[in-house]
Amino acid sequence: MRDAAVRSPQARGSSAVDASVLAQVDAVIERYRGKEGALIPVLHETQEIVGYLPRCVQSRIAGALRIPESQVYGVVTFYSFFAMKPTGRHKIGVCLGTACYVKGGAAVLQAVKQASGADVDDVSSDGRFGVEVTRCVGACGLAPVLSVDGDIYSRVSPDSVPEILARYT
Amino acid sequence: MDRVKLVIDGQSVEAQRGATILEAARQAGIDLPTLCHHPALGGGGACRVCVCEVVGAKNLVAACVTPADDGMVVWTNSKVVREARRTVLELIIASHPQECLTCVRSETCELRRLASRFHVDPVRFARRREPLPKDESSPSIVRDPSKCVLCGRCVLACSVVQHVGAIGFAHRGIETTVEPAFGDDLASTKCVACGQCTLVCPVGAITVKDDTDAVFEALSDETKHVVVQVAPAVRAALGEEFGLPAGTDVTYQMVGALRQLGFDAVFDTQFSADLTIVEEGHELIERLNNGGPLPLITSCSPGWINYMENFHPSLQDHVSSCKSPQQMMGAVIKTYYANKAGVDPAEIVSVSVMPCTAKKYEAKRPEMQSSGYRDVDFVLTTRELAVMLKQAGIDLRNVHHRDFDHPLGESTGAGEIFGVTGGVMEAALRSVAFALAKRPLEGLELEPVRGFDGLREAELEVAGRKLRVAVAHGLANAEELLRRIESGEKEYHFVEIMACPGGCIAGGGQPFSQDPEIRHRRASVLYAGDRSKGLRMSHENPAVKQLYREFLGVPGSRVAHELLHTTYCHGAPAHGQPATARDVSKTGRSR
Ligand code: SF4
Ligand code: SF4
Ligand code: SF4
Ligand code: FES
Repeated sequence: MRDAAVRSPQARGSSAVDASVLAQVDAVIERYRGKEGALIPVLHETQEIVGYLPRCVQSRIAGALRIPESQVYGVVTFYSFFAMKPTGRHKIGVCLGTACYVKGGAAVLQAVKQASGADVDDVSSDGRFGVEVTRCVGACGLAPVLSVDGDIYSRVSPDSVPEILARYT
Repeated sequence: MDRVKLVIDGQSVEAQRGATILEAARQAGIDLPTLCHHPALGGGGACRVCVCEVVGAKNLVAACVTPADDGMVVWTNSKVVREARRTVLELIIASHPQECLTCVRSETCELRRLASRFHVDPVRFARRREPLPKDESSPSIVRDPSKCVLCGRCVLACSVVQHVGAIGFAHRGIETTVEPAFGDDLASTKCVACGQCTLVCPVGAITVKDDTDAVFEALSDETKHVVVQVAPAVRAALGEEFGLPAGTDVTYQMVGALRQLGFDAVFDTQFSADLTIVEEGHELIERLNNGGPLPLITSCSPGWINYMENFHPSLQDHVSSCKSPQQMMGAVIKTYYANKAGVDPAEIVSVSVMPCTAKKYEAKRPEMQSSGYRDVDFVLTTRELAVMLKQAGIDLRNVHHRDFDHPLGESTGAGEIFGVTGGVMEAALRSVAFALAKRPLEGLELEPVRGFDGLREAELEVAGRKLRVAVAHGLANAEELLRRIESGEKEYHFVEIMACPGGCIAGGGQPFSQDPEIRHRRASVLYAGDRSKGLRMSHENPAVKQLYREFLGVPGSRVAHELLHTTYCHGAPAHGQPATARDVSKTGRSR
């Protein structure tokens, strides 16, 4: 499915990155200017600096390297290691596969949103958590399942969510 | 040795070294199916519809990208090939909306043809993709990504041929799409509305905005006076839609058909092409005499104008302030003609038939109504006109031949060649040279600016003055020409740019064709039309002279400026959002 957050006005905002960070990005571009195959290394280094590749940064890179935005966006969306939105220090995945859903996955998700302060496909304002809905993780016998940074929590009840998240600072 | 010998399906075949197996096979009369490959674009290798067996090779190869080699033995119709090909088609069709009954491309769809040619049964595979929303944001182009087969032809056309890159591949795997950056709609990109993507899309995934219903509506409204103008390139290609050979001139059948369709008057955009030359020629001479800015660059291709505004706004003072012939005609219709015919301009519906999709966008620009009325209300492409005629049961081959209405139907040979790359340059030079030297150019035909080389230049001496001119068509070629000009590498007095490769004859609204010779055939109609005319210099057009006498005064007059000229945007507005008001005082171009 297409990423709804990518289309939202906030994700499009161009003021998300401050000037000193942009200056570092410009320095990266400057180093690669005129070199063959500059795009991917520029995107890599930029992601290291900014943390992700928001729209305004992609446009900046496209403009400076004189290539169409569609090409930059194509590369960013092709490789899974590029992110178009901030990812959060800890990645929470809530399974909404059939089994998890039946066993109350939606309530768990609700609790996760509340405890983390982040919406689905979004990051909490302190940058601590990012929340995603995952497809079936193949642990249906343990439903509902929650994962944080790859740690799997099984038979999660909504009440236990704050306690689980407290382990990740 | 530059030829290779190979065997295809048991036949020995000779081909140019470097030719693909596909080309070699087609030369030998074996028509391999293709989908992602388009002869005008190169590319290919993505869909694998064209697979064939090369004896000794480990896997089946894609004929469209594999060079034919000496001693190769190729089978294009063996059992493995047939099975592989069918599987490929089945997989494509499995993720395709099966809307052929109501699809605009139904009759011309390459996928539907392949499916019926190879008897594809799609039930073996489950549907793999969710439908994606349609994008109707652009006044010219409609995207229906659910129908996209990811062939990449539009991406090549847009980024390589047109140097725009409004659309590209995004995402990966099953979620791969062809779309504008950031999933935006097309109207917020730098799309120039040229429609070249619609010409190469094999299916109904990128099409032209359909205005046929609106025009039928106007035609059936008794209270409206519905007039139509037709661009030169339309008569050179419309016949193809009715099974006539490419290169058939259908001018008079076309006029007859338009009358039968119910238009109250049929005018010729060649008239306003002549008018454009008079105004633009005047502008060039003024600039030559008053020190610039030079080069003067033509403005009759709205796809080019969009490109200039989006990518080279600093050139706007170089671009002629003349509106395109379509808009000039529109402005003249709602003023001069309305007055002459005794019709209230508010009752006039002004339709144009164009080879061009960018003209739909141009007609909607807010500033294109200096008479107080929209210059042009609806723009139809050549393909849309064919659709309307077919709906009305009118067969171009069996209609009465009729001629255009007066006075806006009169034209010279110079107006006719406007439809092909180099034609505006040639037409302008005929009149400019005459004005400067007080006699016609020797041999009116300017060979150096003719032909289809991407960039052409010429130098000629007129009245003791050297004029350096250049012509570019296709925006990637234009980009290269502008680079040379901006870097100071080249200096010209006059430059013609047309957005579409080949000029209007190969515009985004013309009939589909994969015939590499098509542009030559269509161009020959216009050049023959020019030769057959008694008058071949725009300023000799008696109806144009009469228009100046009765209404405009002299070229470049205040009335002419108000109605026939325009100004361009500062900055780079995305094409779907024309600048709201163009402040003449700010651009400093009100002369
Ligand atoms: S694009 Fe072709 S195959 Fe698809 S619905 Fe239209 S006609 Fe049918
Ligand atoms: S209309 Fe022209 S510029 Fe726009 S997407 Fe199509 S090819 Fe690109
Ligand atoms: S939109 Fe048409 S031309 Fe472009 S990739 Fe899809 S099917 Fe091919
Ligand atoms: S036509 Fe050859 S791979 Fe698509």
